[in-house]
Order: sequence, then structure tokens, then C-alpha cells
Amino acid sequence: MHRVTRAIALSAVATVALAGCRRKPEPAPAPVQTTPVSNPAPTPTPPACDAACEEAKRREAEEARRRAADAARSSLTATIYFDYDRSDITDDARAKLDAKVPVLTQNTGIRIRIAGHTDSRGSDEYNLALGQRRAVAAKRYLTDRGIDAGRIEIVSFGEERPTCTDEADSCWGRNRRDEFEITVGEITAVQTANSVR
Amino acid sequence: MIRPASALLAAAMLIAPLERVFAQATPPPEAVVIGLTYDPGTKPGVLVLRVPGATGDSIRAILQNDFDNGDRINVVAKDGGGFPDTPTGGRNGNYQLYAQLGALAIVQATPTASGLHVAVHNVAQAKVARVMDFPLDGEPNSREWRRSLHAISDELELWISGVRGIAATRIAYVQGARNGRLYVIDSDGAFPTPIGNESGVMSPNWHPKGTHVAYAVIGSRGCCQVYVADLASATSRQLAVGAGLNSTPVFAPDGAVIVYTHGEEDGTDLFATTAFDRGPTRRITVGRGTDNTTPAFSPDGRKLAFTSGRLGRPEIYISDADGTNPELLTSYNFGDQNYRANPDWSPDGRLIAFQSILPGGQFQLNTISLRDRSVKQLTSEGSNEDASWAPDSRHLIFSSTRTGTKQLFVIDSESGRWRQLTRNGGVRLPAWSPPLKR
Repeated sequence: MHRVTRAIALSAVATVALAGCRRKPEPAPAPVQTTPVSNPAPTPTPPACDAACEEAKRREAEEARRRAADAARSSLTATIYFDYDRSDITDDARAKLDAKVPVLTQNTGIRIRIAGHTDSRGSDEYNLALGQRRAVAAKRYLTDRGIDAGRIEIVSFGEERPTCTDEADSCWGRNRRDEFEITVGEITAVQTANSVR
Repeated sequence: MIRPASALLAAAMLIAPLERVFAQATPPPEAVVIGLTYDPGTKPGVLVLRVPGATGDSIRAILQNDFDNGDRINVVAKDGGGFPDTPTGGRNGNYQLYAQLGALAIVQATPTASGLHVAVHNVAQAKVARVMDFPLDGEPNSREWRRSLHAISDELELWISGVRGIAATRIAYVQGARNGRLYVIDSDGAFPTPIGNESGVMSPNWHPKGTHVAYAVIGSRGCCQVYVADLASATSRQLAVGAGLNSTPVFAPDGAVIVYTHGEEDGTDLFATTAFDRGPTRRITVGRGTDNTTPAFSPDGRKLAFTSGRLGRPEIYISDADGTNPELLTSYNFGDQNYRANPDWSPDGRLIAFQSILPGGQFQLNTISLRDRSVKQLTSEGSNEDASWAPDSRHLIFSSTRTGTKQLFVIDSESGRWRQLTRNGGVRLPAWSPPLKR
């Protein structure tokens, strides 16, 4: 809150350098207008942006990359859901799995673990096997699209790690899932444009 | 009701060598050994006389409770009083008075230096039918002492009804809905005791001699690894099997082999390995990518019952112990929406208990006859799961939500009578031990 107000106040006063730095290289309202136009290189502009500005630019680029990496990471770790007592990949799950493929393809150092879960209905012991089958289904979907099987570990938790415990349809649906976790590596390469669909 | 130990008796018991008198050469025949004549469809009335001595009330209460839990004996005048404490006296003794109370047999127990002297009287014949001295181990009211008394109850039940009781048994189970621990409890609900300190325990199963319990542990890296706990030394050992999912271990009746569930990318199937040395593993079921789990041996060790999803929905199958000749046991019609799982084979080989659920419903326990495949539903209240047979092939332990939280209950499969065994919430996956003392 406090910070925001101060930022607004500062930008209102707007010293040239600060403004130039904040908003990207507007033609830079030069402090030395009186000199003739013979000098082609707009040397005064960069100095005004120099240290702090470069830093801000770099930060911005970094921020953009971080956001893209975050987006890639959330695609890769997005949970997929299943129908009751099924391990078939639903249309919704297919879209989410498709979004994971380019992330894995571009970041070959990354390994993941797929954990299959079930709702609380069904037998506790049979559900361990069902969770396993769900993890296998997602792994197979990814390996069928060229991801190296050695990069994907699968485990099952059956109904032992629920995200909610109400005995209701809404909760059961949230528990019938595969969770995706990055076990090795960082997302370095990101390509945001066509990772969707 | 249960009095503190008598120091005198305890001292006497420590000094006196404990004689194993009741492990006699030939067990009584499979018949009523004290000559009672009664309608087999009814439970014979038995009066347990008041027991003298400081521990007498405890002894009497335990014997009566065991008889009651066995569902084969009708305990008369349970709360005592109003009858003579000894059959002798009067012209024909006090037998007529006992007969008026509905007793066909009288159990007369007298503490001795080393244990308990028991006389069982046949009321109609107005005489003692059988006498025996039993040892009592441990301090009065200790676990060992109570188990010695349970073993006496079981023997007396054999004399009176022709079938050995199930009091001297325990039940292994998981305490905790998530990250549960392995517990063992006496058949009458006494001494719930944690075994080991692992969390995430699932699916305990008893060694046929009652010396070990096999179980699975689910960890932070998913399901599961199989362990075998030695109850005497309270140590456990991980079974050397392949990576991946390893769950629901069961001992073969010979005690040397464990069959368990192993899951990899080509499905979840039953495998076998040696229980106590690092033997090879061998595949049993060939499920081709389907789920095959929760094995249960036939008592002769020649067949296995298990849950399989090979038709889409979980159903109960039986096969030879090596996995050949798999056969659908539970009925299946095209489009059947039922879900049947978790078989347990009765020790007499006649029945398989399992749980069954219809969409929108709750699990109920059923038995299916191996002779004619007739199905009998045992429960209807709450969700009822994980049935495990008692050694008498008549009672079952199971988990149920019928009183709110998941608890363990015992049901008599013949009468439907049930009792609650545990009172702490989140209890599941029970397994009834073999007879532990006789």
C-alpha cells in the first residue's frame, strides 16, 4: 500500500531520468536541447538510463523469463483428473498433458514424478493399484509423444493422500488425480507462444 | 469388576513350576465331550460358578465373556448371585437348582498354586464330566495371564460345544486413517498395542503360526514396500522384492512363501517370494495391464482368491496357487455395475468373504459358498470392509462406519450378532490371527 502510493507520488514529480527509466526509451526529453543537431549519436540518453536503468531492464527481462518459466512449470505440474474407477485420459486431461510435452521436450534435463491418486470410495488396497494405473496412463501418454520413459517416475498413493476429505462428489472428483512433480532439473528453456494446444 | 493382583497368588505362581498339563496327547474328539444332550440349533446354557480367591471375579468375568463372544454357549446367571457356589451338598447336590437356571453344564474353577483347576459338571447327569488343571502364565490380569485364561475358555468351549473357541487370538490392524501404525489387540478388545514405530502401515497379515506379521508401508515416495515383523523380538525386515508398488502381502499356509501385489508399468499383478530368505520372485497372475491384488490363500495352500479388474470392474477370482486356471468366482453379467473386492478364504475352506458395493451405495460384507456359489449378505448398516475370518470359520473381524468413525467389529456369520472391538477412530484393515495358545 505504502509503497504504491509512494511510487505514484514519485512518478508524478517525474524527474527525467526516472521517467526515462520507468517507461521504456521514449525519445528521452533531453536535458541539453540547445546544442545544434550536428551530433548524431544521442549520447546523453544512455547515460541517463545507465546503471539503474540497465539494471531495471535486466530485471524486467528476467522477470519476463521467470514468468514464462513459471507458466511452463505450472503447465508441467498441472494436476489431471479422472472419472470414477477409470484410468482413461479425459479430454480435459489430454489438453493438460499436451501442454506438458513441449516443456519436457525443451528442458531435457528435467525429470518428473507422476503420482496417481484415487477418491475414498473403493477398497483401500485396490485403490493403490488404481492409482498406479492412473500414473501409468499419463506416463504412457507422454512417452507416446516422444518423451524418454527414463525421465518419468511413477508412484501411487491410492486414497492415502486426499486433497479433501468430504464424502461428496465435488471432493471425490478432486481426489481422482495424477500429480506431477519435478524431481530433477530446472526449467531453463521456455517458449510461451505455442505451448498451449 | 477386575480386581488387582493378589500378591500371595503371584508369589506362589512365581515359585511353582508351570506345568503344561492341558497339552495332553490326544485332543478330545470333534464332538461334545462332556455328554450334553441338547438341540444343536440352540446354544447350551452354561453356568460359571463364582470363583474363589482375590482374582476370582476377574477369572469368572473373562471366562463368561469369552463364552459369550464365541456365540456357541448361552451364559446363564451372568451377573452371579442367587445360586449355590458349589454343586455338592444336599441330597442330589445343587444340580436341580442349576437346571432351573437353564444350565446344562456347570464350570467350576478354583485357583491353585500354579494356575486354575477346572471341573465341568453335566447337570442332567448330576456329576463331574471332566476335570483338568490349567497353568496360568504371568501376573494376574497381565496380558499373558489373560491369554492363558482365554486358552482355558477355548478348551472348555471345545468340551461343551464340540468346537474350540477363538478367545486366545489377536487381531492385527492399522490405527489411523492416514499414515496409520500397526497395532495388535486381543480378541476381547484388551491391550491394543502398537508394533514397531512405522507410519503408513497397510494390510497386515499373520504368519500361520502367529509368530510374524507381514505388512506394507506407504511412504512419502508412494506405495509401498513389504515388511515382515517378528513379534517376539519386535524387529522387522524389508522383503527383498523389485522396485515399484509392493503391497498386500499374505503368507502361504506353509509359512515359507509370501504372495504379494507388485505393480509396474505393465500393470499390477500377484507375485510370490520366500518369506524368510532372499529367494527369487515369481509371477503368479498375468493381468495384461489390469489391477490384480489382495490375494488370499485357500487353507490347503493350493488355490488363491484375489481381486482383479480384468473385466473392467473389480471382481473376485480364484486360480491355482501358481496363477494357472484363473476363474471368475463372483457373478458377472454384462454391464454389471457392482464392485467386489478383498476376498478372505475361511479356514475350513467352505466360504470366501468379500466386500461388494453398488454405485451410490456403501460396501457390505458377503460370503460366497465354494460349493454352490450362493451369496449371503452379512451387513447392511454403514460401510463395511476388509473382512478377515477367525480360526473358527464362523466369526469375522471387519471395519465399519456403522457407529460413526471407522472402527473394528466382530460379526457372527451365522446369527448376524456383532460387537464393537475398538473405540479409537480411524481403525482399518484388520487381520485375525491363528490360534495363539492352547
